Amino acid sequence: MNAIATPTLAQVLDHPGIWRRSADRQPRVRALSTGWTSLDAKLPGGGWPQGALSEILFEHDGLGELDLVMPALAALTQEHRRVIFVAPPYLPYAPALAAAGVDLRFLHEIHAGSTEAAWSMEQCLRSGCCGAVVGWLPEIDYRSLRRLQLAAESGDACAMLFRPAAHAAQNSPAALRLKVSNSDEATYVDVLKSRGLLTTTAPLLRMRA
Amino acid sequence: MLWACLRFPGLAFSAAFAVVPEAGPSALLDHKARQRLIAAANTEASSFGVRRGQSLAAARALCPALEVRPRDPGAEERLLAELAAWCYQFSGHVSLVPPNAILMEVGASLRLFDGWPLLAGRLRAGLAGQGHAHTLAATPFAAASWVFAASADGIVLPEHEGVRRMLAALPLKQSGLPAATVTSLQAMGFRRLDEVFRLPRPELTRRIGREGVNWLDRVRGHASDVLPAWQPPASFRQKIEFDGELDGSQPLLFPLRRLTRALANQLAARDGGVQRFTLTLEHARGEATRIAVAMAAPQRDAERLFELARTRLERASLPAPARAIELDAAELPVFRPPVRDLFEPVRGDGLDWPTLDERLRARLGDAALRQIALVADHRPEYASRYGRPGDTVSPPRRRRPLWLLPRPQPMRPEPAAVLAGPERIESGWWDGGDTRRDYYIVRTAQGQQAWAYLPPGTLDGWMLHGWFA
Repeated sequence: MNAIATPTLAQVLDHPGIWRRSADRQPRVRALSTGWTSLDAKLPGGGWPQGALSEILFEHDGLGELDLVMPALAALTQEHRRVIFVAPPYLPYAPALAAAGVDLRFLHEIHAGSTEAAWSMEQCLRSGCCGAVVGWLPEIDYRSLRRLQLAAESGDACAMLFRPAAHAAQNSPAALRLKVSNSDEATYVDVLKSRGLLTTTAPLLRMRA
Repeated sequence: MLWACLRFPGLAFSAAFAVVPEAGPSALLDHKARQRLIAAANTEASSFGVRRGQSLAAARALCPALEVRPRDPGAEERLLAELAAWCYQFSGHVSLVPPNAILMEVGASLRLFDGWPLLAGRLRAGLAGQGHAHTLAATPFAAASWVFAASADGIVLPEHEGVRRMLAALPLKQSGLPAATVTSLQAMGFRRLDEVFRLPRPELTRRIGREGVNWLDRVRGHASDVLPAWQPPASFRQKIEFDGELDGSQPLLFPLRRLTRALANQLAARDGGVQRFTLTLEHARGEATRIAVAMAAPQRDAERLFELARTRLERASLPAPARAIELDAAELPVFRPPVRDLFEPVRGDGLDWPTLDERLRARLGDAALRQIALVADHRPEYASRYGRPGDTVSPPRRRRPLWLLPRPQPMRPEPAAVLAGPERIESGWWDGGDTRRDYYIVRTAQGQQAWAYLPPGTLDGWMLHGWFA
């Protein structure tokens, strides 16, 4: 019997004294696919802008507003990148999250009041170690929105902010603003604002029949 | 072999004044003497003429503002061990020389630290940073290093002959011989060590005894020293008791800093880290406040440990003033610095997840950070819980909402249309959480999709339980 176990290559490479150059040096993708093919096709960069703030304004709970971001979030967690939910209004439900393909090990929730929520979201965005930070901050003001936009830029993270549709008329520094609404018993997604895209009057996506 | 000796003349002071830093003229009282005698005085007190051996009354007469404290031998021992722990990072063989000196073999580590001047510089800078006054000397003989550290700070003598020459010129008072021996030798007319060294051995033994001769042999390197090697313990527990009571978190910060620094020193010695520790504050009537401090990954940096503990302490509500503070770390796991890709572009603040997690926890509290776990349970409210995500449980095949209400609530107005259902969920009879419901996916008049249920066999009494958001 060999008394000394031979370390595997992985164990050797795992040693803190060993530095490895990253294997993949691909050009940085500036947008994150939404997973909704027809929406991707119409957004600049082909998805959620990375290193920027996106606002999702929704008229009511339960219109499919979270479904809109789920494919992108699931993809991030599958790549072992962290997704943070900041101050969600209800309990994120594990069976549905798992069914949507989310790797729950990389999903974190921060439970916080409105001031702490804005602070937490900014910290997560700036840190550079979160893939996407999704916040529910109904009362946020313009100055804080601007801070989030800057934090997303510096941390190269995807910031997604859910707000009531009542705020649609207000000015916002977000790079992308979508509105989720219901008409004729179907859910539609409109683009209110997008950097590098001419706004259209027709809805971009019909999500639900 | 090269033995470095560190002496800490202020150690008794630091140990006795662990709770509040000494300020102004201060002195220590001998703990053994029946009369209250001054054991040591700081510089300010000395300038008033306060001297070792004076009675307290005499010292007070010279300096009315004199702050006095009894010596605390237990605290001195602990502080010496703490310093030994810190020294352990420079040498594998560290030995305690109570009451206030440490010897360490540095011959083997000189190459590692690029020679004596740089090693000495690091020792001095490190100790100065911790606020410990010290003197330092190094020779091949441990006993000689100890002697020189008291009289010739900063000296390093690598050659045996050089050490013996320097010793020969030393006055008897500085030889390290017991005071009684020195007095009797002086009475015989001896002044310097070389005069004693010249005496024939039998005669020397007759005059100063076996122990005295033995000591002179060790100083000259004629007999080797057997120095027990100090070993860093595998856990950490240290307590500081206060003379009075400290109210609020602010006055506790000074003793807290001492404790976290002691912990960090021991961690450096073990090449270890700490992931969780407990602060215990003892109050007057035997009650205690326990504050748990946990980190996402093992840490070892003194400043960081202090900041974390401080944040927790300031957030804690203390029911009463504190009489003592204790830091207890049962496990000191191996420290592994985070592995980072050399060419990875650093984005934003360039934090890793454990650091970010820690920062959030420090401000928001542990309960604010949650993860969601999937549980194999038919009852909807049990299928998802806060906790560490475990092994993969396959999600139910039926459609489930992304939002669940914390508890079901009556649905008003009633659904406009039923889109799917019913799905009978009947479970939990075995543990009292009996559930019997018919779930439907429904649409409201505003176009929302909801998850709602009815008691079986009824058509009203809609309860809303989730949103297909």
